[in-house]
Amino acid sequence: MVPTAPGPAVVACRHLTRRFGEIVAVRDLSLEITADEIFGLIGPNGAGKTTTIKMLTTLLPPTGGTATVAGFDIVREPARVRRSIGYVPQLISADAQVTGFENLWVVGGLYRIPRHERRARAEEALERMGLGPVADVLVKNYSGGMIRRLEMAQALLHRPRVLFLDEPTVGLDPVARDAVWEQIDRLRRDYGTAVVVTTHYMEEADRLCERVGVIHRGEVVALGSPAELKATLGQPGATLGDVFTHYAGHEVELGGAYREAGRTRRIAARLE
Amino acid sequence: MLDAPVGRLEGALGQASVIVGLEARKLAHDPTELFLRAIQPALWLVVFGSVFSVIHAIPTGSETYLEFLTPGILAQSVLFIAIFYGIASIRERELGIITKFLVSPTPRLLLVGSRGVSASLRGLSQAVVVLLLATALRVPLSFTVVSVGGVLVAIVLGSTLFSTLSMIIASLVRTQERFLGIGQLLTMPLFFASNAIYPIAIMPAWLRPFAYGNPLTYLVDALRGLMVPSGGSLFPVAEDLGVLLAITLGLIAIASQLYPRLAQ
Ligand SMILES: Nc1ncnc2c1ncn2[C@@H]1O[C@H](COP(=O)(O)OP(=O)(O)OP(=O)(O)O)[C@@H](O)[C@H]1O
Ligand SMILES: [Mg+2]
Repeated sequence: MVPTAPGPAVVACRHLTRRFGEIVAVRDLSLEITADEIFGLIGPNGAGKTTTIKMLTTLLPPTGGTATVAGFDIVREPARVRRSIGYVPQLISADAQVTGFENLWVVGGLYRIPRHERRARAEEALERMGLGPVADVLVKNYSGGMIRRLEMAQALLHRPRVLFLDEPTVGLDPVARDAVWEQIDRLRRDYGTAVVVTTHYMEEADRLCERVGVIHRGEVVALGSPAELKATLGQPGATLGDVFTHYAGHEVELGGAYREAGRTRRIAARLE
Repeated sequence: MLDAPVGRLEGALGQASVIVGLEARKLAHDPTELFLRAIQPALWLVVFGSVFSVIHAIPTGSETYLEFLTPGILAQSVLFIAIFYGIASIRERELGIITKFLVSPTPRLLLVGSRGVSASLRGLSQAVVVLLLATALRVPLSFTVVSVGGVLVAIVLGSTLFSTLSMIIASLVRTQERFLGIGQLLTMPLFFASNAIYPIAIMPAWLRPFAYGNPLTYLVDALRGLMVPSGGSLFPVAEDLGVLLAITLGLIAIASQLYPRLAQ
């Protein structure tokens, strides 16, 4: 059964599935995300969060099922999907060897923003993310929080309808984390951008997401607002962390390959 | 408006120009690589070239050995730089940067083609070094508008060809270790089974078919035809360039299918 949410769906997955050989990274995933919400995907390492986002951003073809994003089919209309979305990957998407402004200039060109508008748009985006003073500094000298904000500026430059953020706050100190979330919230208020975000910080998901999907071994095992999910446990004072433990267990997952863990940590270290 | 044909062409040109421009900005921020890259061709010309000119070990017809060698060394340095270009894509995969290009609405053919062309900026910098050195060594080279323009075109084509081949390898192997292994395995046969440092005529018969199937041969031959007008090039320059263009387009078509694997 597909749980329906109020309002028009901006992301609709139908039986979305992705296998890697024997591993089923995402299994029969069906859910809808509406145009005006911040939707959180939570789940243990290797649960399938990144794989889901890669399919929705057209980077990875599904091996079964399909989905629409901003009304376009991810398999049949990938070019249209790409024009409608912004993506901040779990790893890194800003180039360290050039400046913040140059990164945005390139992205503006890739999204076909005409030259005469591009400079103003890039400068506005840098200002918005509080990066105006470091616009002409090489990104290799940026702090982790600054890199993340630059990546968000990149992902927003073409004013996408849906923004996908894969662990945007990993490796950041609490102040930088709050700054990132403040931007996410402002964005939704100012432009009505729908946001799909993954995180391992349960307090963040609880505070900022309208709805949360708990994903475990490739399947959505719980879906609802943080308050609804906590209520299902039937314990007064339950936290989203308790929900996570209840649905996804504590056991150590074998899924997340060594290599992947190495990659994530290396990036996290770089962002710190 | 962007969907009108003119807007679409403008958009595509904009996409290509920022991809090439990004490479230029990187080199401008940190040109050390360009200087380091210049050492190898300089050694080949000055040491190898001078020694073999004196001992007359390689028969090159009417031209001196240095005249014969200069285009070969230029082609060789273009090859050596371009064939390792794919490692940048593997690093971008490891960092995650590659996804920025692949989630954008840049058509895959344009993305790969522009990245290939952007690799020729390094090749062109080598041309400046080799031509200056050759002039200092008093190698009589042709410097007309046509010959210099032709050399630029040949270098862009050759760089794009080998860097696209490199991106294909990168998309298939996806790790730096395997990529470096294959890159090293490939460069020496490409170099020695070509007319870069000796004429095909003196090769053993079994090697000649490989030399004629080797794209580097056509790059060397084009450069030789353009730079050393008296010299014995094998084919007309237009034919050499045509062969390079056809192979390049074929490789771009293949690479555009494989390149998205770097984001999976
Ligand atoms: N390219 C790939 N090839 C093979 N297996 C893969 C690939 N990408 C992901 N997997 C596997 O798919 C499963 C889901 O991985 P995924 O990266 O989606 O998890 P995740 O929920 O994002 O985890 P994390 O919280 O660690 O980021 C894991 O078992 C992972 O090893
Ligand atoms: Mg992940």
